[in-house]
Amino acid sequence: MLSGKISYRLVIFVLAIIFGVGYSLPTFLQSDKGAKIALGLDLQGGLHMVLGVQTEEAIKSKVKSIASSIKFFAQSGDIIIDDLKIDEEMLTFTLLDKDEEKKIDEMLKTISGLEVSKESLRYTLSLNDKEKDLIREYAISQAVETIRNRLDQFGLAEPNVSKQGTDKIVVELPGIKTAEDEQRARELIAKAAHLQLMAVDEKRKDRTTTMSPIEAAQYGDVILPDARSEQVKHILKEIPVLDGSMLSDAKVAFSDMHQPVINFTLNSEGAKIFGDFTANNIGNRLAIVLDNKVYSDPVIRERIGGGSGQISGGFSVKEAHDVAIALRSGALLAPVTLLEKRSVGPSLGADSIQASSIALISGFFLIVGFLILYYHMAGVFASFALLVNFILLIAIMALFGATLTLPGMAGIVLSLGMAVDANVIINERIRELLRQGIAVRQAVEKGYENAMSAIVDGNLTLAVSSVILYVYGTGPIKGFAISMLIGNLISMLTAILGTHGIYELLMSYIEKNHSIRFWFGMKKRGH
Amino acid sequence: MEFFSKGIIYNFMKYARVFIATTLILAFISLVLVFTKGFNYGVDFVGGTVVQLKYEQSAPIDKIRDDLAKDKLFAGALITEFGSPEEIVIRFSTVSDSVAQDIGDHIRTLLKDTGAFDIRKVDIVGPKIGSELRSKGIMSAILAMIGILIYVAVRFEWKFAIASVITLLHDITITLGAIILFDIEFSLDVLAAVLTLIGYSLNDTIIIFDRIREELEETKNTNFSEIIDICVSKTLSRTTITSLLVFFVVLTLYVFGGEIIHGFSFTMLLGVIIGTYSSIFISAPFLTLIGFNVEKYKANIAIKEKNRIEKNKMRSQYEKGTV
Repeated sequence: MLSGKISYRLVIFVLAIIFGVGYSLPTFLQSDKGAKIALGLDLQGGLHMVLGVQTEEAIKSKVKSIASSIKFFAQSGDIIIDDLKIDEEMLTFTLLDKDEEKKIDEMLKTISGLEVSKESLRYTLSLNDKEKDLIREYAISQAVETIRNRLDQFGLAEPNVSKQGTDKIVVELPGIKTAEDEQRARELIAKAAHLQLMAVDEKRKDRTTTMSPIEAAQYGDVILPDARSEQVKHILKEIPVLDGSMLSDAKVAFSDMHQPVINFTLNSEGAKIFGDFTANNIGNRLAIVLDNKVYSDPVIRERIGGGSGQISGGFSVKEAHDVAIALRSGALLAPVTLLEKRSVGPSLGADSIQASSIALISGFFLIVGFLILYYHMAGVFASFALLVNFILLIAIMALFGATLTLPGMAGIVLSLGMAVDANVIINERIRELLRQGIAVRQAVEKGYENAMSAIVDGNLTLAVSSVILYVYGTGPIKGFAISMLIGNLISMLTAILGTHGIYELLMSYIEKNHSIRFWFGMKKRGH
Repeated sequence: MEFFSKGIIYNFMKYARVFIATTLILAFISLVLVFTKGFNYGVDFVGGTVVQLKYEQSAPIDKIRDDLAKDKLFAGALITEFGSPEEIVIRFSTVSDSVAQDIGDHIRTLLKDTGAFDIRKVDIVGPKIGSELRSKGIMSAILAMIGILIYVAVRFEWKFAIASVITLLHDITITLGAIILFDIEFSLDVLAAVLTLIGYSLNDTIIIFDRIREELEETKNTNFSEIIDICVSKTLSRTTITSLLVFFVVLTLYVFGGEIIHGFSFTMLLGVIIGTYSSIFISAPFLTLIGFNVEKYKANIAIKEKNRIEKNKMRSQYEKGTV
């Protein structure tokens, strides 16, 4: 029987093995129970996008809304202001009546983050940097939220939307199979979904085709194209009756003609405005405008209470569905542009996994074969440690919820290499001592002792650099660094504790049975 | 089985000048290549679009080229075979900036007469992302090296730290030179390979340095060249075995890993050779070049040891209450 001692090393090693096997099983079996390593999009196929959020647009639109509230305030208070102009992020106007200065100043004070400078009665307004930062921050978090909501309702498996840096969003859609799905997802993400209800300018509707946009602007009108045909134009009042911010719900329904339509519901404030407007404008038309295209312009027959309406306009069922999703989740405050897109077809992802698995497995057997051929039993122990190392790496990555990508696999290859190296260093040290004629027990003890500082320093220098790479690197570099760091720490554990514990357990047996050649693969006898 | 089992001490230092001179020439050539020819950056770093197609039969490259030429978006597009005659890669510098537009669809329409194919991969990288990645990559590599420098300086001695970072720079420079020479496209995978081999090479160097440190503490010999010869020789079988193992693993990756990881595996193959060479022939000899002084080092150790003993003495006196 084995009469060796069971050391703390062995206990830790066995606990580590139990832990490793337990937490790596879900990954190996691909079961749904327990944490497992998710495959990166480069390995399983899918769509990865980096979107830039044009946060400056959100600032511009904030300035615009300040302009309209000043205009509204002036009109309702009978204050005459002139030459109200917006120049990018700047707003200027002139107050004509000096007596009203106090009123205007007080009103401006209620707007947060506004910087006001005055030259006699010429006002120049801009937002301070803090307010701009707040708007930018809000625009991006709102965009993340909106896109996430839209994709959740789209019914994709595990969409992942997250903020990156100060003005970027990363969208990951694993398992997108068809080009059609991809296109739908992309359109859903990019859709501004800006709904407006606008009054038709009945007085000038006959001149729609001849009027220039500049002329229209003079009447406070705007000319927008029809959703079905770009050639058909509509002339509408520029200031909308309502916009999508007052929307509370949107659903797909079917018209009497079995055409898909979108029924929307307004919140209480919207419902009141809608009710008042329809009551005062019976006989006129109200256009339903989505993303600056006119979908329909029905004639108002009666006051519409309850605040619900309908968008019809020759949608396909899918389109209607997507528009409803976009409306429900709200408009994007700032438009997004595509900075990076990587789409990997599922067939390529499968090929990548297959190729790298073959390489990893054949590499593993190559190492094991060599270790056993070269070190005999010591090689068997080292191979076992290597296997444990690999299982632990999988277990810990699964526990962290790490994603395995191709660069991540590079990190694993490196850390497994380090684990082999640690065992090689130890075995070489033991052999060196055995060659000097030192007895096996002392040679093993001293061998571990001597190898220790080299292994620790080698692993820790790498750990230092991987921590730095993780902190300062971007996406793929991070993936590489994290798997390397975890692997480093584990390889110290398995090499220093694991095999040492095995030797301690077997030591009396090793001393009595078989030759040095059997245990350590070298010719010289130690005793 | 045993390599280098006889305990022979090889005379590496005798040829140190030759190795260092060779290395300097190689490093110089590499630098010239980096600054004149430059890298063949992939879309990951400069932006652009890469589309990978797989045909059911051999891809009709000429027909594909003609059909794509109908759209000026593909002006200057590079069409190359990728691994097998069925697979091709189309590269072009234009980047569509709209999220809703789909280049894959566009290509499908343009190439509808060239036979049945599957779009395997579409990578679109905007120039902003690419340059950000490049600057962040360089930045993190520099910071990582400073981290290593500090660690080695604290655990060993500052001259060891300099020698290890110089060895690292040497490996990176020559590997980068080789990447240019073999015309490997510099992509994210290649960057990962460069990072990996930095790790290996650093580890190799540290292990030899560790041996030198150990030897310095034990031996009375003050001939640094001899000490280096002894240490490099003693670690030679470890260096060889590990390097061989890594080399063969990477070789299987290269042979079985397929075209997708060729950039990675080929760079690794180059790097393993360069890294092994530098840790055996360059790192330790370089210590002599920057004037590492054994006697001074030993004197420092002696002072440290003396301080430690004195401190302990003080402490024990203090604990006994005699101070």
